[in-house]
Amino acid sequence: MFNVVKAELRKLRRPTLFFGTIGSALFFTGLITSFIYLMIDSPQGNGDRGRTIGREALGLASGSVNGFSSVGNFLGIIALCVFAAQTAQEYTYGTLRNLLVRQPGRLKILFGKLISMMLFALVMITIAAIVSIAISYFLAPGAKVNTELWFTSDGYHAIFTTFVNVTISVVAFGIIGMILGLLLRSPISAISLGVLWLLIVENLLIAVKSSLQNWLPGAQLTAIASGGAPSRGTTGIEYSHALLVGGIYVGVGAIIASVLFLRRDVAN
Amino acid sequence: MQNTAISVSDLSKKYDDRLAVSHINFEVPMGIVCGFVGPNGSGKTTTMRMLLGLITPTTGQGHTLGEPIEHPEKYLSRVGAMIEGPAFYPALSGYENLMVLAKLGGFPIERVQELLDKVGLGDRGKSKFKTYSLGMKQRLGIAAALLPDPKLLMLDEPTNGLDPEGIQEVRALLRDLANDGTTVFVSSHLLSELEIISDYIVMLRKGEIVFAGPIGELMAQQQPTIIAKSLNHSDLQQIVEISEKAGHHAVIRNDSVHILAEMDWAPVLNKAAFDAGITLAQLAPQLPNLEETFFEMTGDK
Repeated sequence: MFNVVKAELRKLRRPTLFFGTIGSALFFTGLITSFIYLMIDSPQGNGDRGRTIGREALGLASGSVNGFSSVGNFLGIIALCVFAAQTAQEYTYGTLRNLLVRQPGRLKILFGKLISMMLFALVMITIAAIVSIAISYFLAPGAKVNTELWFTSDGYHAIFTTFVNVTISVVAFGIIGMILGLLLRSPISAISLGVLWLLIVENLLIAVKSSLQNWLPGAQLTAIASGGAPSRGTTGIEYSHALLVGGIYVGVGAIIASVLFLRRDVAN
Repeated sequence: MQNTAISVSDLSKKYDDRLAVSHINFEVPMGIVCGFVGPNGSGKTTTMRMLLGLITPTTGQGHTLGEPIEHPEKYLSRVGAMIEGPAFYPALSGYENLMVLAKLGGFPIERVQELLDKVGLGDRGKSKFKTYSLGMKQRLGIAAALLPDPKLLMLDEPTNGLDPEGIQEVRALLRDLANDGTTVFVSSHLLSELEIISDYIVMLRKGEIVFAGPIGELMAQQQPTIIAKSLNHSDLQQIVEISEKAGHHAVIRNDSVHILAEMDWAPVLNKAAFDAGITLAQLAPQLPNLEETFFEMTGDK
């Protein structure tokens, strides 16, 4: 499996993919984090969907990662696209047969791919966290936000907890992308369906019937990233509930996709 | 089994209601070049995929390098393969594409440049795969198949897109590999291409085996033909009559008579024609080539 990880990292490190992905992550991180501070007094709000994140909240020990946790959902969508594309392209390019001839252990291929893409996602999340906290730190004085508590032990704990939550959420989004890639075997179909569902369909469903927020996969993963705080149209989902329901979605999807991958003929 | 690189028994593959491969049986000995021939859609690629563990047979059994095809992990480290054309990542260079496969298979990375040089891509290794011509892609596919220093090399239509010089190079390469002890199992729909390099032939048509055995044995089964031409086209019918009278089947094709007979009957025909006042312009033997043999055996034109 270590060989599979090394081989996959070779593909993931190509400049267009690496810098394109990190660039997109940095763009959203910079934009969303900056809005929180630059629009702190805006009557339209400075958070997602007109939500206001006040100076008091930003001045707490967890204030430094407010922007980072808000961007978690976008990092998740990026991960979904990358994981889906990297998986489905093996079918469209016909390269899966090369991989399976060199490594016939199909589960090894699958897990090796997953581990390498998780490492890739971890790099993206780490860079996004550093950039978001740095932007927050530099914009805080101008927005009259007190940063005294940010780098206390409570502050570091909040940074660590948020990092873990965003990582769980982003990896789960990525696994959903991988599942879609395996099921649909086309990068365009997998990405379109994933993004359409998570960004549009779920929001429409929640707008029509708000209680659905507790049961839709994207809402659970977003709630995990924000630690259960209200975000992206949800009014707040209990963290443990989001972890359980999100875990069931990802787990069941992964089992179905893995069984299909193990049994399906590679005929293209 | 140890002297057999490939053996299949009652192997079939059915897709929905279409039988792509139908209960085939054949064996390929070790250390030879075996041509796997048949028209497009005859089931060659499907058979190769089954032998590589990429698709599951509907019925039957197969062994590759003595191991059952249900357990490809037991033999694929000793097999090199290029199936249904070269497939690589377009945004990676030829070198990087081979590096991905070298890392995946745990092969020495020094082999990557060695093989690029061997297939004539040494100076284009750093170019992206998407910029390669079809012939270059094909060469890269062959290099990838050679990565494991294979005991068995399976190549599906390896000369597609190659220029005549490239085709000759591939032929020479396959012959060299066989001389070094590698078993080469190579498919093509161009029968004439394999006739030159193959020691052994497996012929497939509509998913069924037409012939499997040494190429010499196949050719020996075919009756030699004498081609006779006369100065006057009007004499051809008379040559047919002389041949038929001697018990040899003869037909007129274009401007010559094709007579099914051994070459030692040619002097007899020459004398009979002379006695009948016919001047022969040509009298030559013609051994059937693989393509003609295939058509004769399958009844196709």
